Amino acid sequence: MGAEFVALSLTPLLIGVLAAVTCALPGNFLLLRRQALIGDAISHVVLPGIVAAFLLTGRVAALPMMLGAAGAALVSVVLIEAVRRTARIEAGAAMGVIFTTLFAAGVLLLEQSDTSGVHLDVEHALYGNLESLIWLDATGWASLLDPVALSGLPPELPRMAVALLIVALSIAVMWRPLAIATFDEGFAATLGLPVRAIGLALVMLAALAAVAAFDAVGSIIVIAMFICPPAAARMMTDRLLAQAAWSVGFAILSAVLGYVLAGYGPLWLGFANSVSAAGMIATVSGLILGVTMMIGPCRRRAGGATVH
Amino acid sequence: MIWQALTLQLGYNATLVAIGATMLGIAAGVTGSFLFLRKRALVSDAVSHATLPGIGLAFIVMVALGGEGRFLPGLMLGAAVSSGLGLLVIGWMIRRTRLTEDAAIGAVLSVFFGAGIVILTVIQSMQAGRQAGLESVLLGSTAGMLRADALVIAAGGALVLLLVMLLRRPMLAVGFDPDFAAVTGTNVARIDLAMMGLVMAVTVLGITTVGLVLIVALLIIPAVTARLWTDNALRMVGLAGLAGGLAAFVGAAVSATAPALPTGPIIVLASFVLFVLSIALAPARGGVALLLRQMRFRRRVHRRQGLLALAAGQPIHEPFTLTLLAREGMARADGVPTEAGRIAAAKALLDEARWAALRGDPAQGLTASRYDGLTPIETVLTPDQIAELDRHLPRPQAVI
Repeated sequence: MGAEFVALSLTPLLIGVLAAVTCALPGNFLLLRRQALIGDAISHVVLPGIVAAFLLTGRVAALPMMLGAAGAALVSVVLIEAVRRTARIEAGAAMGVIFTTLFAAGVLLLEQSDTSGVHLDVEHALYGNLESLIWLDATGWASLLDPVALSGLPPELPRMAVALLIVALSIAVMWRPLAIATFDEGFAATLGLPVRAIGLALVMLAALAAVAAFDAVGSIIVIAMFICPPAAARMMTDRLLAQAAWSVGFAILSAVLGYVLAGYGPLWLGFANSVSAAGMIATVSGLILGVTMMIGPCRRRAGGATVH
Repeated sequence: MIWQALTLQLGYNATLVAIGATMLGIAAGVTGSFLFLRKRALVSDAVSHATLPGIGLAFIVMVALGGEGRFLPGLMLGAAVSSGLGLLVIGWMIRRTRLTEDAAIGAVLSVFFGAGIVILTVIQSMQAGRQAGLESVLLGSTAGMLRADALVIAAGGALVLLLVMLLRRPMLAVGFDPDFAAVTGTNVARIDLAMMGLVMAVTVLGITTVGLVLIVALLIIPAVTARLWTDNALRMVGLAGLAGGLAAFVGAAVSATAPALPTGPIIVLASFVLFVLSIALAPARGGVALLLRQMRFRRRVHRRQGLLALAAGQPIHEPFTLTLLAREGMARADGVPTEAGRIAAAKALLDEARWAALRGDPAQGLTASRYDGLTPIETVLTPDQIAELDRHLPRPQAVI
């Protein structure tokens, strides 16, 4: 188990966990603000940004791609707002117009450009390549202390860790204003809080999380982790801090369980090949949500109101 | 080449595919506009992503039974079953838990799609050779489309259109005001179910042409485009069908000209081009119309203020006002009023005096609230009302 595990499974597992937590944290607030689908929109529009960055620089490098993706996310936020205002239509429809168009443009750019030499295709964008982020320099647990081996870590791991750090710190710093603006925007405004800036900051945090995770694990995990762990956490508690904690726990559980099931589950069942880890992590997070929706102590609306 | 494609001269197969795609586009545009009126456009995103596990399982079952895995009606059946399940789950989540609709949509979308990806990788490992083609359901491809498939899509599109025709009245009623529709005896839940069933049908028909990631665009964009042109619901539905059909036809035709042009993205971009043209050019809601309205308003304000300044004998410093008055023959370039200008200025001053009198009368509050400094009083009062008002005006003053 030891050496093989460290080399082949430890880093993808860690990256999966980091990506899941990075997305789940801002997801709590997006969920409460009824902006859960922003994660969906962002993870679609990231594609044209990454492809454009690749076409401009001619190589698959992390920084330009992150910048391109962040730029695309920003452009899409502006476009959605512009369409919503000009055409005077509901936000959901405006979102649907913009993110499908940008995604289509990204796919077309990708098909038109010569990316045969590099690892960049639509399937990769959708469900990433978590399994391939292995640590070839590792020979066992001792490698964790070996600087030479550590320098061979897949770059996605430190990148994801930095993203998590930024997201977690920002949310910790903004906690009180963010919580107030999330629950009662009018009250927050009367307190003099910059509610629009807070909303924008949250979207930018979500974009950062999505862009960083997208590169490593693909958009399907990003969307699932924005929504499923926070939604499951919401079934468990009424308190925001506790909800954030539950969501982190559920995110970690989904990532670990999903990765293990994808890697070893088929072997246990007698199949030779493993299945997509990204897909399995999303599936497990959905199963967790399903269980909490059945038995979570806070699953009902307060006051027993129902929606028709 | 593109011209030949647009005029259906690329051969029998390409023509069939283009006709199938056009029917699909019309059906999607028409169905999508009801969804848009119901303000549930993004539900279709969940419906389309939720088809993937069904497609994968249908493929596995058909191969296990010894058949051809890519048999389109079979895949469609699987897609319909799993997206129907997704819809039921969304409805259950909204009714039974405290999650809101957007969270339910996102959760179903991502989890079903993730499960679908898992099943796709299972298929990859079990049938390396025969799996090719199933991934085309993600982004659509008409390249290898069979004649029978095109016919199925065209017939399905026609059937959806027929059903929409039959259900248009209750669906419109529910879309505009669900409470009123319920009070007048419409079964809102059943109509919503029917609407979602139609959306599901369009999605399932579209998986091979547009692909399940992008079919949602064909449901939303034509409807939004049509909304820009009219305030009449049925006309909007018709226009949406037109926009959807046009985009799908152009997309299918253009993508037939080169192998690296996937059908789905081209169709989406074509419909986005229509949308952009509409948002620029549409009357009332379009950008150009908006700009024109703003310019006209600005001219009216400057003209009125300029005339009042002339009436008061004050100099005009604002160059735009001066140019405007000079162009209309009201004043000379140096700001001295002409005869016509004097008449118009006197009229403007009288108008203001009448308005002031009107606003001073509490009994006329409602009428007086229409004062905006621009509207001539004749447009809100009858001549005898004005005559009555004039009796209370102060003595006529001499105007310059």
